This record gives sequence, C-alpha cells and structure tokens, in this order.
Amino acid sequence: MILRRFVTIVPTLIGVIVVTFLLTRVLPGDPAVYFAGPAATPQSIAEVRKSLGLDRPLPDQFLRYVSDLAHGNFGNSLSTGQPVAAEIASRLPASAELTLSGLFLAIAIAVPLGIFAAVRQGSWIDHLCRVIATAGVSLPVFFTGLLLVYVFYFRLGWSPPPLGRLDAFATAPPDITGFFLIDSLISGNFDTFRAALSQLILPAVTLAIFSLAPITRMTRASMLTAFGSEFIRTARASGLSRRTVILTYAFRNALLPVVTTLGMVFSFLLGANVLVEKVFAWPGIGSYAVEALLQSDFAPVQGFVLTMAVLYVALNLVIDMLYSMIDPRVRVEA
Amino acid sequence: MSEASLTAAPATSVHPTPPSNSILRHAVDVVADNPVTGLAFGLFALMALSAVFGPHVVPYDPLASDTSATLQPPSLHHWFGTDLVGRDIFSRVVAATRLDFMIAIASVALVLVVGGLAGIAAGFFGGWTDRIVGRISDTIMAFPLFVLAMGIVAALGNTVTNIVIATAIINFPLYVRIARAEANVRREAGFVQAARLSGNSNARILLTQITPNILPIMMVQVSLTMGYAILNAAGLSFIGLGVKPPTPEWGIMVAEGAANIISGEWWVAVFPGGALMIAVFCFNLLGDGLRDLVDPQRRK
Repeated sequence: MILRRFVTIVPTLIGVIVVTFLLTRVLPGDPAVYFAGPAATPQSIAEVRKSLGLDRPLPDQFLRYVSDLAHGNFGNSLSTGQPVAAEIASRLPASAELTLSGLFLAIAIAVPLGIFAAVRQGSWIDHLCRVIATAGVSLPVFFTGLLLVYVFYFRLGWSPPPLGRLDAFATAPPDITGFFLIDSLISGNFDTFRAALSQLILPAVTLAIFSLAPITRMTRASMLTAFGSEFIRTARASGLSRRTVILTYAFRNALLPVVTTLGMVFSFLLGANVLVEKVFAWPGIGSYAVEALLQSDFAPVQGFVLTMAVLYVALNLVIDMLYSMIDPRVRVEA
Repeated sequence: MSEASLTAAPATSVHPTPPSNSILRHAVDVVADNPVTGLAFGLFALMALSAVFGPHVVPYDPLASDTSATLQPPSLHHWFGTDLVGRDIFSRVVAATRLDFMIAIASVALVLVVGGLAGIAAGFFGGWTDRIVGRISDTIMAFPLFVLAMGIVAALGNTVTNIVIATAIINFPLYVRIARAEANVRREAGFVQAARLSGNSNARILLTQITPNILPIMMVQVSLTMGYAILNAAGLSFIGLGVKPPTPEWGIMVAEGAANIISGEWWVAVFPGGALMIAVFCFNLLGDGLRDLVDPQRRK
C-alpha cells in the first residue's frame, strides 16, 4: 500500500523538476547571463553557456539537468564557488529544527485550544479561539517576529539577540543529527542545550503563532462536527465518561480533517520559514536562498526551490500515511 | 465533507439578480448585523482614500531625508517618528498605501481573469481542457507557495511587475478550483440549455451566460485573496525582492526598521507593519462580510 502511494507522487515530482528547470530556461532573458552573474563579460557568458550546455536543444538540456540531479549535483554557487547541494545539506538541519519546533509548538497549543473551544462553545476560550483564528491570518510573520524581538530582547532582556542558532560564547555540539537541541542532549552538554534553546524559542514561537490559526479553527470545527454525530450520542447514552467520549470517540474522529489541514499549514510554514530566518539571522536554507537572490546568484535559488518542493511533496506523503494510520477505513479501501 | 456540501448548496440555486434597492437593503442588514463588517468597510474607505490622495495630502515628502532629525520618536511634528535618514514615517506609510494596493489589485485582477476563465473553461468543457488545467494547478500546488513566488521573481527578474505576476500565479489554483466547480454546476442548467437551443456558440454561452453568474462568487474570493496578496507582496519585498528603496512600501519599510528594533527604535518598523496588518485584517473581514452579502442563504 505504501508502495502505491510512492507511485502517486512520481508525476508530482516530475512536475516539480520540470518547473524548476523551466524557471531558468524558457522564461525571458538569457539564463547564461543569470548564471554568469552581474559582472560578466560577453566572453564569460559564452563560456557559461557552453559549460551549462545551453547551446544544445531543450530536451537535451533537461536530460542533463535530471542526470545532474540524480548525481546530487545542484550546480555551484557563483558567489562562494561552493557546490549548492553540500551547502543546502549542511544548512537543512537548522531550518528543519526551526520549522518542526514551530509546528510542534503550534500543535501543542492549537489542538487543546480547539478542543476546549468546541467543548465549551460560547465561553471565553471559544472567543479567544476566534480572535486567534482571525488575527493569526492577518499578521505578517516577519512583523510578529520583530515585535517579539522588541519585547523579549530589547524591553525585557529575556532572550538573546536574534543572531543565529548559538551565541558567540557557546560551543556547537558534535554533529550527530544536526539538530542542536538533540545533539547537545546526546553529548550531555547542558549549557549548549540551554543556549540553543534560548536562541530557538523566539523564532519557533513566531512560526507557531503563524500556524496556530488554521489548526485551531480546524480542530474546533471538526470537534463540533463529531459532537453532532450519532456515535457520540450513542457513546454518551451508554454512560461512558465525559473524558472517554471527548478524547477517545470525538477526538480520534476529529483528527482526520486536522491532519489534512496540516498539508496546507506546511505550505505556509515552509514559506514563512524564509521570512523568520531572515528576521532572526537563522543560518538555514531560507537565508541562504535570500542571500543568493540578492546577489542574482541563481543556482542556489534553484536548488532551494527544488529542495523545498521535494520536502513539501514528502511531507504530504507522510501526512497521507498518518491519515491511513488514524483512519482504518482508508487502509481497507486502498 | 460538510464544507463541500455547504459551498455546493448555494451554487445549485441560481438566483436572478434582485433589484438594486433590495441589494442595498440587504447590505444595510448585513452591516447592522455585524458591526465589525461596518468597521472593516470604514477602514477600507480610509485606506482607499489614502491610496488615491495620500501622496498629495501628507505633511512631508515621503522621499525627503532630513539629517538633522534622524530616528526621532513619534511627536506632534512627526506623528509616527522619523527613520534612519530622517524621513517622516507617517508620510511614508500613507504614501505606501497606493503601491501596496496597486500590487494587490493588479495581481488579483490578473488571476481573476486568467484563473477564472481557465477554471470556467475546465468546468464547462471537461475532458482534455479540464485535465490540462488541473495538471497545471496541481503542479503549482506541489510547491510551498511563497517559495514558488520567490523562484518566479528570481527567474523573471527583480521588478514590481514580476511580483504581481508571481502573486497571481500562486493564487491560480484557488481561482481555478472555485470557477471550475461553479461552471460545472451550471453546465446543464436550464438557462444554458435555452441559450444553446437558440443557437449560441459555446464561447458566447461561456461569456454571456456562465461568467456573469459566477462573478459574484468570484468577487468574494477576490476580497478574501486581496489580504493574502498584500501579505505575499510585502513578504517578497521584505526579503529584498521587487520594490527598491527608497520607494515607500510597507514590507520594505519593515525590513529597513528591522535593524532599529534591536536598538529600541520601535517606531520605524511598527507603524508600516501595523498598517500592513490592518490592511490585511480589513480585507479578511471585508471578504467575510461580502460572502454574507452574496450568499443566498443569508438573503431575507
């Protein structure tokens, strides 16, 4: 069954690769000029054109691009000369740690909040839920981040300056998973753990605030739907405890639409990640792409877009699998 | 599930357009019902005014720097304070309304025409048209949308026009889906068959029968996506794409103020960020209000 799901993502992946390829080749302007950079001479442009194979027909170029990708070659960055794939691989854990912490934080707050809002409909917690749902979609994520920096760094002095994953005095933990929090715990270095955590909290909270709204709204709505259904009435009528009815019966069924929403949340989250990385000088792949963009260094941007898209497709696959784990009916049908 | 059946319900009941004074009465009803919608309409009017007249009525030239008054906190002379080179932030925030609105309106108008027509064609003709449009939508949806917008602007070139195009492209699947569903429902409707029997061509039916009927629903979508379009454009200019300094634009002004936040000069970033927030909030509320206005289930 899992194999069949893998097959369904093949056309999507092909689409993604074609688009990232076309981004540089078919659009107006000369890709050789992009890749040669702003300081290029006609000679160097011609050289780049030849080395990129741009003098050959389009299908040829596409095959070459695909075979490069298959060998893990994303091209070289113009400004640093380093291979893009290696740079993205070394920066990916920083972005992943940030995004996942933000997401887990959001789920940890939004799901209970949504449940409470549904259980006590019309109470203050329900109103709070509605305010969060409306305000959350209106807040520009980079603005929330800056406000948090102002309050918690400048005003209260509780958090360190927003400059990366670790302050200058802490030593980076040994590279095991690339997640500073996990690596420092494994190596038993609690000072580093605390330093990494204090740097992580604000950007993670920023991302969490951003993704609270859709998760809360969806949890509330699907809990209400579940409460209105007949199996809940039956469960209540057979005298099950309130707790069992809410958590085992209603919540398990309400979880399905929430998990589906996560796909959309990830689309927003991966984009918001770029902005948050810029605000907090976070050394992830988002800030790598932004730096490259400003220098018209196209290979990193292309690699970044492709990586993000592949990650997003993979995340949707994981969500699909979660879905079939929660809902036994999907398993039978597939 | 329930959401799908809810959105399908109004679509099946195609109402003839009621006379205009009943629309007006209904609008008054909706606003009276929900004062927040009224507030949103008021705020929108204020912002629309600043977009039209803003640059002419602001107290200072939004581009003029004054080295004797840099980083002044908000005061009677400078309501929102001044920035690093002494420009009046109030004047810049008001003047920026026009550019931010222009970007949002242009991109939404573009996607309304292209995405709307593609969706209507897909829903009306089905078959290959549907498959091709669907495939394009799916491919766009396979990307995290903001990341795709970044890639498009990077490839097309770093200009405001390309921000408009990128914002339109990432909204394309949404418009296609709605227009497609609505057109599909009306494909076999009585008035379409009547038009066909009286010898109208498909293209004519699409333009004179289907499109006008779908337009109200699409307009709700427009006001719901306006907020997102503004956010997206501001996000792109925040990371340095599109709008070039010293042009006043909310996203880039927040970016310029980011460095000042750390040293405590909050006003440089907070006022443009706040304006952005209010604009988006207002469009979202307006969209909800407009949905109530168009939704036949709420008509009394």
